[in-house]
Amino acid sequence: MSEAVAHDHHHAHPTGLKRWLFTTNHKDIGTLYLWFSFTMFIVGGIMALVIRAELFEPGMQIVKPNFFNMMTTLHGLIMVFGAIMPAFVGLANWLIPMMIGAPDMALPRMNNWSFWILPFAATLLVAPMFMGGNFMDGQGPAFGWTFYAPLSTNYQNLGFFVFAVHLLGISSIMGSINIIATILNMRAPGMTLMKMPLFVWTWLITAFLLIAVMPVLAGAVTMLLTDRYFGTSFFIAAGGGDPVLFQHVFWFFGHPEVYIMILPAFGIVSHIIPTFARKKLFGYSSMVYATASIAFLSFIVWAHHMYTVGMPKAGILFFTYATMLIAVPTGVKVFNWVATMWRGAMTFETPMLFAIAFVVLFTFGGFTGLMLSISTADFQYHDSYFVVAHFHYVLVPGALFAIIAGVYYWLPKWTGNMYSETLGKWHFWLSAISVNLTFFPMHFVGLAGMPRRYADYQLQFAEFNMMSSIGGFVFGLSQLIFLYLVIKCIRGGKKATDQVWDNPEGLEWTVPSPAPYHTFETPPAVK
Amino acid sequence: MSAHGGYYLPEPSHWPLVGSLGLFLTTGGLAMALPSSPGGEMGSLAVMYTGFAVLAFMMFGWFGTVIRESESGVYNEQVDRSFRMGMGWFIFSEVMFFAAFFGALYYVREIVLEQLAQTSANPYNNLTGEWIWPAFKGATWPTAGPEGLVYKGAELAEGAKLGAKEFLSMKAMGIPALNTLILLSSGVTLTIAHWGLKKGNRNQLILWLAATVLLGFLFIGFQAYEYVHAYSDEMNLRLSTGAYGSTFFMLTGFHGLHVLVGATILTVVLLRCIKGHFSEEHHFAFEAGAWYWHFVDVVWLGLFIFVYWLV
Repeated sequence: MSEAVAHDHHHAHPTGLKRWLFTTNHKDIGTLYLWFSFTMFIVGGIMALVIRAELFEPGMQIVKPNFFNMMTTLHGLIMVFGAIMPAFVGLANWLIPMMIGAPDMALPRMNNWSFWILPFAATLLVAPMFMGGNFMDGQGPAFGWTFYAPLSTNYQNLGFFVFAVHLLGISSIMGSINIIATILNMRAPGMTLMKMPLFVWTWLITAFLLIAVMPVLAGAVTMLLTDRYFGTSFFIAAGGGDPVLFQHVFWFFGHPEVYIMILPAFGIVSHIIPTFARKKLFGYSSMVYATASIAFLSFIVWAHHMYTVGMPKAGILFFTYATMLIAVPTGVKVFNWVATMWRGAMTFETPMLFAIAFVVLFTFGGFTGLMLSISTADFQYHDSYFVVAHFHYVLVPGALFAIIAGVYYWLPKWTGNMYSETLGKWHFWLSAISVNLTFFPMHFVGLAGMPRRYADYQLQFAEFNMMSSIGGFVFGLSQLIFLYLVIKCIRGGKKATDQVWDNPEGLEWTVPSPAPYHTFETPPAVK
Repeated sequence: MSAHGGYYLPEPSHWPLVGSLGLFLTTGGLAMALPSSPGGEMGSLAVMYTGFAVLAFMMFGWFGTVIRESESGVYNEQVDRSFRMGMGWFIFSEVMFFAAFFGALYYVREIVLEQLAQTSANPYNNLTGEWIWPAFKGATWPTAGPEGLVYKGAELAEGAKLGAKEFLSMKAMGIPALNTLILLSSGVTLTIAHWGLKKGNRNQLILWLAATVLLGFLFIGFQAYEYVHAYSDEMNLRLSTGAYGSTFFMLTGFHGLHVLVGATILTVVLLRCIKGHFSEEHHFAFEAGAWYWHFVDVVWLGLFIFVYWLV
């Protein structure tokens, strides 16, 4: 069924820098996204290590409080908008056309633009860090990644921040429009919606979420900008506005955003587990419907981030129950993965290890989420390290592990070479152990009352914080193994077969490894 | 030029990068010009204007390329569908942008005002108002908030004069009603133009499309007149007039900006029609412009009802 052509013979492609600047090819753009994401992952990771170094012991040792706040703020923003989201878009670029039997993305020039906005947006975001003379007195944003008004409206360089978010939004919206158009318009004949691979399904729904909420985020930051510079009163009670309004608008974006960062991860894991369990996915259609349900629910749960702000009881109860409902479709997914592995002929190559760790640790993060959804209990957990532990469990061994698993899984298809399984296993075990060492103790200090976003803490939290810091440094350094492994794999290694794995499902495994420049010049037939 | 199973895949292009540079200069320039303390002076905007110029250059270049490709007939039906989906979802994103501001309007009117004016049935909800601004009790929409100007109604009594600390709201049944009529008619004229295009009647197309563009700019003219009036001492209604002024100007302002964009799109389409572009079956740019125009129209109806009428 493979009708792919091994090389593109229509025209010469620019080489060198021009190839990357002007490219309209989905694979080149996917590569750009992935390297950009990894760079931001390192930048955001260094910021995390500054935080962990400062928190290694009680007292102020390394940075000034404002610099610390800048680190927590930029770490969050860079990891969300610079590392996780672009990584998923990079994977979407590489994989969706191959998975649905298309020659490329639907709108290739816009695809290039979506990517090339990102480095400029990142520059705007971090530029103020280098203003103010002395580096330690930099003027970067220091109001938390959620930039609540009125703290953010008092920020001296608000314009840089607001426009960075605008540009990130434009990039995400264009990227999502492209993905939707590709999925809905470029599928090979015979590939009905309910035959689409799950990564494609999850991205279709994710792209819809992005187009729905990124403009709302743009609206929120626009209101911040006009409140600060042009005299409006959206978030100023003296003028008839309300800072709480900011939280509503922000979290109307923010909660779907959480699922934007996890739905494609669900898709990736739903590809990897069947391959290494050598069984079909237990329930394909239930996976699709569960994804859609989660996306729907994501729009009606936003205020569970703001239980303590002073809302009517009826509102709090509504958001509590709506939030708990999310456990149902999420449970459908988790049981689906477990049932797929049940009595499978399992092997534990690196992608599978990361995928299994994802299932276990993401579920753990989901459970703490369930605890947080209970409004009465949340009054204690709110803004404590328990919350930090919760969302790092769903984002690091959750979203990030799925991305890493996906890279291991498809790397042989991209490069044509197998990666080093030994190094992969080192990377996995070091990451899996250190990620728990980093974040598990945070549950305890949080429950014991340690608030998030402070540069210092009381003495009784010292041991657990020291453990977290050691874990953080081990985790950070372990990622260098990954970098080394990927570069090594690109440069050579054992040649990968077209199938790469033992009978995996999907069109991408029917084309040569490495995949040709334009994968399907004529669409394949899908049974 | 490469055809892949009939689907047109463009050559590598420098326009996206030029666009990114334009966006960067525009936003970075404005960010640098903004004062670093409230009430500070705006700095130089030269970088921002350079950015605008780069963006304009990009749009001429990029759209020009697309128009040339389209006229040379390399876009098949499938490519056309991609464009349609792109435009449709873009408009959806615009709808969500306006939704954020409509949501803010709902929130300040229905929830914040009740709390500040202490009119809630639940006494706990009234505490902020009671403790900080007890004198604001019973205030109603429109409002500029407990420390803003005082609302004097939609118009003054005969011979009365507006105080410096007072403001008027915008009446629905004046220019806004006229503008509603103008925008709705422009939707009709645009449809007649479309019929002309589909029948191959170029005169009908050009005449009615020109009428549409004219109505669009007429709308903007009236809107500008309304703003000048609002900002005068006769009304004291400004962007800084509390919650009412903020929501009024941000909603109508962003809408006006979208009318300007829509009218510009239709102007370009009109020029292309005059040059003889488009065919009876193949005229995506026209339809995209028309969709955008109808979207702007629908947003206006929302504004007319919730911002002007239900005051």
